[in-house]
Amino acid sequence: MTTEANQQAAGGASGAGEDLLVVKDLKKHFRLDRKTVLKAVDGISFSIKKGETLGLVGESGCGKSTVGRTLTRIYEPTSGEVEFNGMKIGGRIDRGTKRRLNHDMQMIFQDPYSSLNPRMTVTEIVSEGLVIHNPDMKPKERDKRVHELLELVGLNKSHAGRYPHEFSGGQRQRIGIARALAVEPEFIVADEPIAALDVSIQAQIVNLLKELQKDRGLTYLFIAHDLSMVKYISDRIAVMYLGTIVELAESEALYEKPLHPYTQALLSAIPLPDPDKERTREQIILSGDVPSPTDIPSGCRFRTRCPFAMDSCAAVDPVFREVEPGRQVACHLYDPEIMAKEGRELQHQ
Amino acid sequence: MNQNILEVDNLHVSFKTRNGAVPAVRGVSFSLKKGETLAIVGESGSGKSVTAKSIMQLLPKQNTVIPEGTIRYEGKDMLKFSNKEIQSVRGSDISMVFQDPMTSLNPTMKIGKQIMEGLSRHTQLTKKQARQRAKEMLELVGIPNPETRLDAYPHQFSGGMRQRVVIAIALACNPKILIADEPTTALDVTIQAQILRLMRNLQEKMDTGIILITHDLGVVANMADRVAVMYAGEVVEQGTLDEIFYRPQHPYTLGLLRSMPNLDASRAQPLIPIPGSPPDPSALGTGCPFAARCPYTMKVCHDYNPGAVAISESQAVRCWLQDERTPPEHIPAEIKEGRRSTEEAAADAEGVTA
Repeated sequence: MTTEANQQAAGGASGAGEDLLVVKDLKKHFRLDRKTVLKAVDGISFSIKKGETLGLVGESGCGKSTVGRTLTRIYEPTSGEVEFNGMKIGGRIDRGTKRRLNHDMQMIFQDPYSSLNPRMTVTEIVSEGLVIHNPDMKPKERDKRVHELLELVGLNKSHAGRYPHEFSGGQRQRIGIARALAVEPEFIVADEPIAALDVSIQAQIVNLLKELQKDRGLTYLFIAHDLSMVKYISDRIAVMYLGTIVELAESEALYEKPLHPYTQALLSAIPLPDPDKERTREQIILSGDVPSPTDIPSGCRFRTRCPFAMDSCAAVDPVFREVEPGRQVACHLYDPEIMAKEGRELQHQ
Repeated sequence: MNQNILEVDNLHVSFKTRNGAVPAVRGVSFSLKKGETLAIVGESGSGKSVTAKSIMQLLPKQNTVIPEGTIRYEGKDMLKFSNKEIQSVRGSDISMVFQDPMTSLNPTMKIGKQIMEGLSRHTQLTKKQARQRAKEMLELVGIPNPETRLDAYPHQFSGGMRQRVVIAIALACNPKILIADEPTTALDVTIQAQILRLMRNLQEKMDTGIILITHDLGVVANMADRVAVMYAGEVVEQGTLDEIFYRPQHPYTLGLLRSMPNLDASRAQPLIPIPGSPPDPSALGTGCPFAARCPYTMKVCHDYNPGAVAISESQAVRCWLQDERTPPEHIPAEIKEGRRSTEEAAADAEGVTA
């Protein structure tokens, strides 16, 4: 990725709000053995404004969860710059900064069954962060705060002394949200918070997250594979494929007119809950599987499954460029130079 | 005429527990025709998988009780079958695809052998012919290099490929009925689209009746001819695809449809969730199981469970709002609307025939 592209990526989202998080060329590689390196996240750049929700979508194994975990420093990034609230948190950070980050960034996990300690009561789970970050708080105050938080997420005082197994999936996810809110963070990484829930419960949790954002000015990174829910909650959406972002756009614009061939296929693959539309629409069905992240294809990563692949796709890495204000795509079809070389018409002016 | 190959009538299934019997399926009735797809939709715990497994008789014998009901396959009551009879049907005439392709294959057995297992049991094919047939099946489900892949182990396949293998195994003996229990839930959307298309193509070729169990209404709209909506062990509404999606008559069906985001709708419109959570099956009262979450409850709903009311040839609903004695001002506009269009459709149809 070129520096020019990075600058564009960082500046692309310029608008009214102030950037809370700016990520430049972030990489996270895992060494599996002497010869194999798994490139889970391989050079991504984006920014999130204060009070905004950025949706991060992609199929399993594309690195979307790794992005969330690297930002919250569950994983150390391999390289790249991350700036959070003016603090540089990309490389090594001291304990004080880490402590501050643990306070300002919180995470909501996918599986409400395994992300709560079964041997702790709800009060213990929710107040754990308070004990660490507000050691001076009196136990009585802390209990009061826990009760407030439970009420905020739609539970009540009587639930405080119970254990996680006494709750349903939706209720557990509410406990997870209360835990994340306890230390009053600015930024929440929600890693597939609704994937494990039933349809009728999903809407409850999405509405709750939206309300909390409105009341408290929270900023979200919402990671999901369910594209229809992502559209509801996100202001902008980044689509990931094999460790890179292939397209980033305002959510309405992305759904109206997806530019990258992968985004087009991904959107058309979602079955719609509307029989008439299902009967009439043309689905783009991709052949084959996602290549292994230990053995990434040369050039464009999507070329092995792309219906429009050209010679240049194997040779040149596509640049993640802005094609419209606030809209970036990494695809040669939108690159005037490459298209001229291929002797084909540019897809987008 | 299309004849029903499977008829489930008033099926009850309960599980024995230390705290007494817990009913999981309570009076489920439906039928399946040749070459048709029936979708069973419902939330986790609504009894859809238990219904499927009781057809296949895969439920643990020591703690399952089926106090009432019949399951007729080609007119014969399967619940009265001996072990031997059920084994001759299971895997050949009726077969099943499970949710998780990671665990439904034997990890220590080559793929080819797993496909041939059913063939050698149910057909007279020689080993060589069975291998040939296994190769054809892999080809049919779109696995490249089928000859060499026969000797591969499950861990050498990706999730989507494994599900293809599971489908190949299920279809190897040309079943008349395929029961697919959440066949694509564990897969990514682009792979899901491949698998659903594959199932539709194979159904056309082999005229298989499919019972598709899912919680994804998008998949239902993509695949089904008819839909049965389950809640707390009952089929609360049943009808053709269009009836369920465009003229839902049960408040639960309506609620499910409304809580789903539509890709075309604007972000400003809030989702309308169904409040509360599904009831505990061991503590169901005498009333309608949905009453606690229903926005339109009346006094009667808490005390008496409604029976199924047929509102068209194909649509039936279990809801007191459908009862004649319900005063018209109690019936919410959303449900009235669906009803009026049914009547209009009927009137139109009459007009055409006259």
